[in-house]
Amino acid sequence: MTIVDPKTERPDQADLDKAAGRPEDADQWTAKIRNTAVEALPPQKLLPDRQPAYVASWIYVFGVTTIAALIVVIGTGFVLSIFGPNWWHVSSTGLFVNSLHLWSVEIFMFAMVIHLWGKFFMAAWRGKRKATWITGVVSFLVSVGAAFTGYLSQQNFDSQWISTQAKDGINSTGAGALFNVTNFGQMIMWHIVLLPLVVVALVGLHVLMVRLRGVVTPFPAKNETPGEAAAAAATSGAEVQA
Amino acid sequence: MPTVALVLGTLFGSLINLNHPGNYIHWGFIQMSYGNLLVIVLMIVVFCAAILIPFKSHKGGER
Repeated sequence: MTIVDPKTERPDQADLDKAAGRPEDADQWTAKIRNTAVEALPPQKLLPDRQPAYVASWIYVFGVTTIAALIVVIGTGFVLSIFGPNWWHVSSTGLFVNSLHLWSVEIFMFAMVIHLWGKFFMAAWRGKRKATWITGVVSFLVSVGAAFTGYLSQQNFDSQWISTQAKDGINSTGAGALFNVTNFGQMIMWHIVLLPLVVVALVGLHVLMVRLRGVVTPFPAKNETPGEAAAAAATSGAEVQA
Repeated sequence: MPTVALVLGTLFGSLINLNHPGNYIHWGFIQMSYGNLLVIVLMIVVFCAAILIPFKSHKGGER
């Protein structure tokens, strides 16, 4: 127990309370949330350095590829927002960052679709993982909207063409009055504020669900019950370094 | 540097030339640009490769 934190050279109130026999106030909402969160996702489970042996396959790489691409998308998006269309259409650096933004989105969607196929054929919703699957599906759908509003926000003839083509489709659904694809101000706000927030929140939730439930176990081999397969997966040597 | 860019541009530009209006395939009611078809084919190839190519873990043979 550390009564005095060596870094700050100040006593830690929680340690002092523990030493004095004063238990934490477990009824406080902060304590309740903290205890529930730590119980559900202890640090070693939240950021593990080991994975089950069956994760040693290239098909498991595409989830993290998607996240890596998303980080580049967000980073380049920040830079594009700082300098604006005059910069990204004209200067060589602007064109480069604009291209990085486009190609990271291409990789994001490419890797996400392969991740989706892999998880679909593994039936990755098994073992109380329905919420993981659903957050993934909704992330994919929202990402399509984020990419679409991105094409509308390019500020060139391409975006004009796409918006005038898309308006008929959107209007036919009855959503055109609320979501006007020819309204550039509205589309860029959806693209740089609303949809990125939703995508990042959903992806974060998706990753938390994966950490909570773990990576789905393989299908049982022939003549093996699901229980035996899970036991074999849990004890087969069993973990590899992440 | 411009020479490298020229060589790379010529090499890859000659493989897939995208500097013209898109060409489209028509399979019944399916209409799709060759660019999109190429991406779909690439995804299928990468998906199959990811399943078939063995993954070498840090501690080989531990599986």
